[in-house]
Amino acid sequence: MARNNKGRFLAALGMTHLVSATLMLFAIAAYFVPSASAQVTAQRLLDSAKEPQNWLMYSGDYAGRRFSALEQINTSNAAALVPKWAYQTMAGGKFEATPLVVDGILYGTGQDNRAFALDAKSGRPIWQYQRALPADIRPCCGRVNRGLAVLGDKVFLGTLDSHVIALDAKTGNVLWDVTAVDYRGGYSITLAPLVIKNLVIIGVSGGEYGIRGFIDAYDAATGDRKWRFYTVPGPGEPGHETWEGDSWKTGGAPAWITGTYDPSTDTTFWTTGNPSPSNRGEGRAGDNLYSNSLLALDPETGKLKWYFQFSKHDEHDYDATQVPVMVDQGEKHLIMQANRDGFFYLIDRASGKLIYAKPFAKVTWSDSKDASGAPIARKDASPTPDGTRVCPGAAGATNWMSPTYDPQTQLFYVTAREQCDIFSTAPQPYERGHAYYGSAYFPNDDAAPFTGALRAIEPGTGTIKWEWKHPSPTWSGVLSTAGGLVFTGDAEGNFIALEAASGKALWHFQCGASVYSSPMTFAIEGKQYVAVVAGSSLFTFALP
Amino acid sequence: MMPSWNSRNQLFRKEGRLIRWSYVLAGCALISFCIGGTWLLAQDKNPFARDAKAAKLGEFQFRANCAFCHGLGARGGGRGPDLTRAQKRHGSSDADLFRTINEGVPGTAMPPNGATQQGVGMTDEEIWQVISYIRSVEKKADATSTGNAAHGKELFQGTAGCSTCHMIQGKGGRIGPDLSTAGSARSTEYLVESVRMPSKRLAQGISEAMKEFSQEYETVTVVTADGTKFMGVVLNEDHFTLQMMDTRENLHLFEKDKLKSLEKSRESLMPAYDQKMLSDKDLQDVVAYLLLVGAQ
Repeated sequence: MARNNKGRFLAALGMTHLVSATLMLFAIAAYFVPSASAQVTAQRLLDSAKEPQNWLMYSGDYAGRRFSALEQINTSNAAALVPKWAYQTMAGGKFEATPLVVDGILYGTGQDNRAFALDAKSGRPIWQYQRALPADIRPCCGRVNRGLAVLGDKVFLGTLDSHVIALDAKTGNVLWDVTAVDYRGGYSITLAPLVIKNLVIIGVSGGEYGIRGFIDAYDAATGDRKWRFYTVPGPGEPGHETWEGDSWKTGGAPAWITGTYDPSTDTTFWTTGNPSPSNRGEGRAGDNLYSNSLLALDPETGKLKWYFQFSKHDEHDYDATQVPVMVDQGEKHLIMQANRDGFFYLIDRASGKLIYAKPFAKVTWSDSKDASGAPIARKDASPTPDGTRVCPGAAGATNWMSPTYDPQTQLFYVTAREQCDIFSTAPQPYERGHAYYGSAYFPNDDAAPFTGALRAIEPGTGTIKWEWKHPSPTWSGVLSTAGGLVFTGDAEGNFIALEAASGKALWHFQCGASVYSSPMTFAIEGKQYVAVVAGSSLFTFALP
Repeated sequence: MMPSWNSRNQLFRKEGRLIRWSYVLAGCALISFCIGGTWLLAQDKNPFARDAKAAKLGEFQFRANCAFCHGLGARGGGRGPDLTRAQKRHGSSDADLFRTINEGVPGTAMPPNGATQQGVGMTDEEIWQVISYIRSVEKKADATSTGNAAHGKELFQGTAGCSTCHMIQGKGGRIGPDLSTAGSARSTEYLVESVRMPSKRLAQGISEAMKEFSQEYETVTVVTADGTKFMGVVLNEDHFTLQMMDTRENLHLFEKDKLKSLEKSRESLMPAYDQKMLSDKDLQDVVAYLLLVGAQ
């Protein structure tokens, strides 16, 4: 509608007035647009903690903590939070993005590869972009995108047709557009990229299609590809022997959630998804490296420093694509991950050695551990033609929604899903670009309905300090702030503020649709906002 | 939103002769597409009819895209109808099935192809393979009952008391599921079991996807702060509130932390009808009535 009106307006002006009208619009725009000023340098990304008013990358910082030092909204006043503005993408399907905020401008993505820049104080759009997608893309699990990365005067977007593109942060114009891979092979891109130095690092989705997963790095200035790391090793490479016959060619292991970065050792940490076909281990005997793994890579070269594999030879779709969060305990430099397979893992960041693994949700697929302390799959947990009931179910004990680590409470907060499924299996021929599950899963007939919880975990011990129960499993991530708060959402549409120390609810707002995203926070002119997406809307909240 | 076919045709009629020419051109294009054999959507018949290999491929697609609701073997699940029934509620021809799968059924839990958020969506070819699979598991003869449907209707609306809670074609109560379509969506065995053992498969809410169709018939009993007791079924529930319908069909919204007690149970409010309450013969009559209504 708006476009039509604008068209009529311009036509009425007549062609001769078009140029002057355009100039006038530019002048008006320049007046109203917040001063977008300083470019986002690589140094600013390293020092993101110095500017808590901004949210410069997917997880808020390189450590993946999704923690903000802002404290204007705190335990004493959170009950007074009110909605400030909403922005609607007007699109169906799941809206999963975490927006960025840079110096007063909010950059976000929506369904079907929409991208937008808004005045973060008012929610009014500065530019809006939507990619023309081919009709035959078939991304698994929704036409979603989780966000952008920023460097200099560009924002970077991975697309459902497996391109990586750079948009002009001022206009939304496409500055470069490169094909990562042919989408017709079953590939898509849904994650927010990670910028390290001058490189845009990104992975792919497609574990449901028998792809061969990889992680790429592109020159932020030109889009030239600098390196590719295949998450399924080819002939002659270490790890290739963990695949039976030619199964490596369709081995999956997609990297579809944004990694983290340790500047002190110049190491980037990425996680990978399930081996393909997801529900059938027959035909791919072996550990299936590097599926369901944590990878430590050199960001300059893409060279593998070490790896840790969570569930080996997985048959339950237990992607390890949860943000690997960095934490230091004294001299120990560690990574925490609450994994889709139901275990909380603590891993040494220098060596990749497991410190311990402990369940944070109901687990039946494993009841023993190997010498390193890693869980071993039970033989009778394998999918059968008629189905085997296994916990967690295929959606996992958690999933891509972000956890958070609060350095003040020193607790790790994660969304847990208590849902078991019946996993069945059947032989399936591989056909390029077609779904390749080796069967499926479906809800079990348990008398009790599925539930969920936000759980606060002590990283040193894996002890659950408190939990906040959800009536049904949610797909919302978690944000923690220096105000002593954690924010999360639920499947029933509530956005909730809890006391980080105790799990006591202080405030909630009914958004009108399930929250399928991870919240973030920012500040403008000294006023703190909290943002979350639900339904097809982005909501912001602040004190009155 | 796209206009419906009807409104679009009406629009075209108003436009006059020029539009009729475009009909002819469109017709020619359609024919050439069909001759080319590439535009499967335009076909009314399954190109893979009775093709066992296609049915096998269709089974993979079914497991990935459909089994979550319709169950393994298409025998029906928590919310999806039993598809082994020859008579389908939304049309039984190949073209009907294609349309139902591709476009979904508005107003029900059946989403359009690719929008289930569960599987990955299907090509036209794969939809036809699924239809081949469904045909391969269909029972040749549709469900029948030897019962007396007219007597079943009397029982349903009268002495058996079914209509106190269940609605059929707009008549009856609303605390239990509307049974207008149950006769076409479920097997006879399932219907019998639901009467004899109603708690065995209390309609299972399937997490977030069910939120729009949230009536799960979970039994709830609350006691308010002043000691008033209400029993009924859950309509909506979140962490903070409970919306329920009591046995008199009154709606209530409670803030949970203000209640004296709240108890939920997967035991159905419906009594288990034993032989004394409903003989086998009478039950057959009620089932015959449900089948008759379902076929309408």
